[in-house]
Amino acid sequence: MRYILSLFVLMTLSFSALAVGVDEVRLADPAEEARAQGLMKQLRCLVCQNQSIVDSDAALAKDLRIIVRERITAGDNDEQALSFMTSRYGDWVLLKPPFDGGTIILWLSPLLLLIVGFYIVYRSQKGRQTKLIVEPLSAKEQSRVNELLKEGNGD
Amino acid sequence: MIVEIGHYTLILACCLSFIQGTIPLYGALNNKGRLMAVSAPAAYGQLFFAILSFAALMYAFVVSDFSVANVARNSHTLKPMLYKISAVWGNHEGSILFWALILSIYGAMVAYFGRNLPKTLHVKVLAIQALVGLGFYLFLLLTSNPFERVYPFPMEGNGLNPLLQDPGLAFHPPLLYMGYVGLSVTFSFAVGALIEGRVDAAWARWVRPWTLLAWCFLTAGITLGSWWAYYELGWGGWWFWDPVENASLMPWLAATALLHSAIVVEKRDTLKSWTVLLAIIAFSFSLLGTFIVRSGVLTSVHAFATDPERGVFILMFLFLVIGGSLLLFALRADKLQPGGLFAPISRESMLVINNLLLSVAAVVVLFGTLYPLLRDAFTGDKITVGPPFFNIAFGFLMIPLLLVMGVGPSVNWKRADLKGLASRLSFVFLTSLAATICFFIISGGGDIMAAVWLGLGLWLALSTLFEWAERIKIFKSGAIKRMSRQPRASLGMSFGHLGLAVAVIGMAGSSFWSTEYQNVMAYGDKAKIGGYELEFIDTDGVTGPNYTAVKASFDVSKEGIFIDTLEPEARVYLTPPMPTTEAAILSTFSGDLFVVIGEANSEGYDRWAVRLYYKPLQIWIWSGVIIMVIGGLISLSDRRFRTGAPKGGKK
Repeated sequence: MRYILSLFVLMTLSFSALAVGVDEVRLADPAEEARAQGLMKQLRCLVCQNQSIVDSDAALAKDLRIIVRERITAGDNDEQALSFMTSRYGDWVLLKPPFDGGTIILWLSPLLLLIVGFYIVYRSQKGRQTKLIVEPLSAKEQSRVNELLKEGNGD
Repeated sequence: MIVEIGHYTLILACCLSFIQGTIPLYGALNNKGRLMAVSAPAAYGQLFFAILSFAALMYAFVVSDFSVANVARNSHTLKPMLYKISAVWGNHEGSILFWALILSIYGAMVAYFGRNLPKTLHVKVLAIQALVGLGFYLFLLLTSNPFERVYPFPMEGNGLNPLLQDPGLAFHPPLLYMGYVGLSVTFSFAVGALIEGRVDAAWARWVRPWTLLAWCFLTAGITLGSWWAYYELGWGGWWFWDPVENASLMPWLAATALLHSAIVVEKRDTLKSWTVLLAIIAFSFSLLGTFIVRSGVLTSVHAFATDPERGVFILMFLFLVIGGSLLLFALRADKLQPGGLFAPISRESMLVINNLLLSVAAVVVLFGTLYPLLRDAFTGDKITVGPPFFNIAFGFLMIPLLLVMGVGPSVNWKRADLKGLASRLSFVFLTSLAATICFFIISGGGDIMAAVWLGLGLWLALSTLFEWAERIKIFKSGAIKRMSRQPRASLGMSFGHLGLAVAVIGMAGSSFWSTEYQNVMAYGDKAKIGGYELEFIDTDGVTGPNYTAVKASFDVSKEGIFIDTLEPEARVYLTPPMPTTEAAILSTFSGDLFVVIGEANSEGYDRWAVRLYYKPLQIWIWSGVIIMVIGGLISLSDRRFRTGAPKGGKK
């Protein structure tokens, strides 16, 4: 029950009309606001599942949006703003996991799995490939082939 | 009383599945005909009782019998009838009962359509089907009884999550479950064949229609869910890489791979052990999907009914089913002698590449979904693996897949002539390349990946049409006759591939060229997006059966000509009290205009938060998928599958 309740609370937080509210203060410069919005899309709403802070209207998401705008106003470039967020909230706040020692396996997994897969296929076929020699058909087989071809064409 | 009958028949179905799973299997292993004869009647009986049980639960929902705990938790008297019924499978207990019901439907279908299968294989397949069912019945009876009573009973129910009160989502679970559970049949066939120690072309011909049927349902079910997310969640997206979406994508990828590898088994008698393994994996993904959704291991926006205690049962069940079948595979796989040989450039090789890419994609999706969990468990670090990762990793695998898809159908079986192939397809390749470059320049540049995806879609579409034209020798006399005589399976393939091409073009358009406008608007304000002009006219209060709403109206015009009035709503449901958005969408061939209305300012109520999206080619995604499913159905109707094989097309 506790879980259902907490889930319910989460959902009430996460789904509602619109994230960026009416009373929210936007940046005066449209270019800067666009940059802020771009950054917000890369940041995760910490109390929601799988939502960026642009898509969420949770109170926390609103606070995070305010912080992002503050960083932009303070003159941060995109990288600085993001690293400010991760220094505060950890890598968890990034929707795109960083490429580092802990995630190298994750990022390289498609490539590694493909290589392993191809290798397995190569190994299993290599032994058998040598057997792929086309032997000429015997007279009996040839007549059977002709018969079948005739059947196929003349229906 | 009716509710108790439902409970009782559930127990009967459970007992029958135990009988069906044991006695005939013993008979088949010891060649006792009488014991084997129990099999099919048990399957019919199990279906009969499962239907009664499900009907009893549905009855409780329809008459709003709140003395049943499940009904009290998930229904409400004010709810429209459609949602009273869909609430039956919109909750944990009901959805598992629904799963068990579908499992027994498939079991009875196998019993009926499989009458002319070799007797021992038939019995074994039904036994495995029943044993899987037994797990679900026990799960229901021991941990999630849908018929549990409450006393004192409440006068009114809690209601169903408003997001689920939508026609799209009323039908999404049934379709998805038909797909998930359909894979149980291929699983049972695989395990049955392992016990028999024999996999041959006839086996593959048996398995293909069932895989196709499951695939069609899965494709339709996933898309319906995606469509629902698109118009109901109001974020303008259609795929969020949410764990629950991933849970349905993994079995789809495995089923798609299986669909293709079964062809190789049927035509060339090779890749047998791999195909059997794939059948096991595909169903394992289905079970895993249920586990991920139902155990709450990954709390997600979709997992509405979560309860970790039940997870232990599912985990044990998963271990038994997946572990047991893989163990059997390890013991028996060497009995499956590989048959036909093939050269590196051959249809077989193309299908192997298809299988490799699809399987790796499925594993990567699984890995990405579980990675945060694993990392947290081992190191305590919390990280998020969000959509950007999946888009990159999945895209990396789909690019070669789409390239190979264009070539594959034109390649000969066994050994193909690379030069001839290149000269035949180079024209198509260069045409799509040139078209893509032209388009890229005309559209004024932008993201290079947009052009790549668009080009891939174009290449797939053109090469599929080219292969079809070549197959019927379109410029030689008698083409019409040849066209009508094409085997349905090949026609289905063309449709399937073409559908994917259309969907890929749609995805490229919608993902890379969509525009967004987000602002506060007062009455009379105007906005421009995607070539449309919108004027915010006014808002109005509306009362629905179990919600109140604000309905806004926007006049949409293009180049000064009035087109339509769009009326998005912001609803607040009564039970449970929850706000939802109902987007208004203007769909055209070239793109969707998507309008969402949000909150008003607290004083005055004269300014409203509004979000507008323009999603180019959005409708292509849905159309593409419909073409794919039609392709699947055409294939399913192929004559070859009907000779001694199940009719399939039923339901």
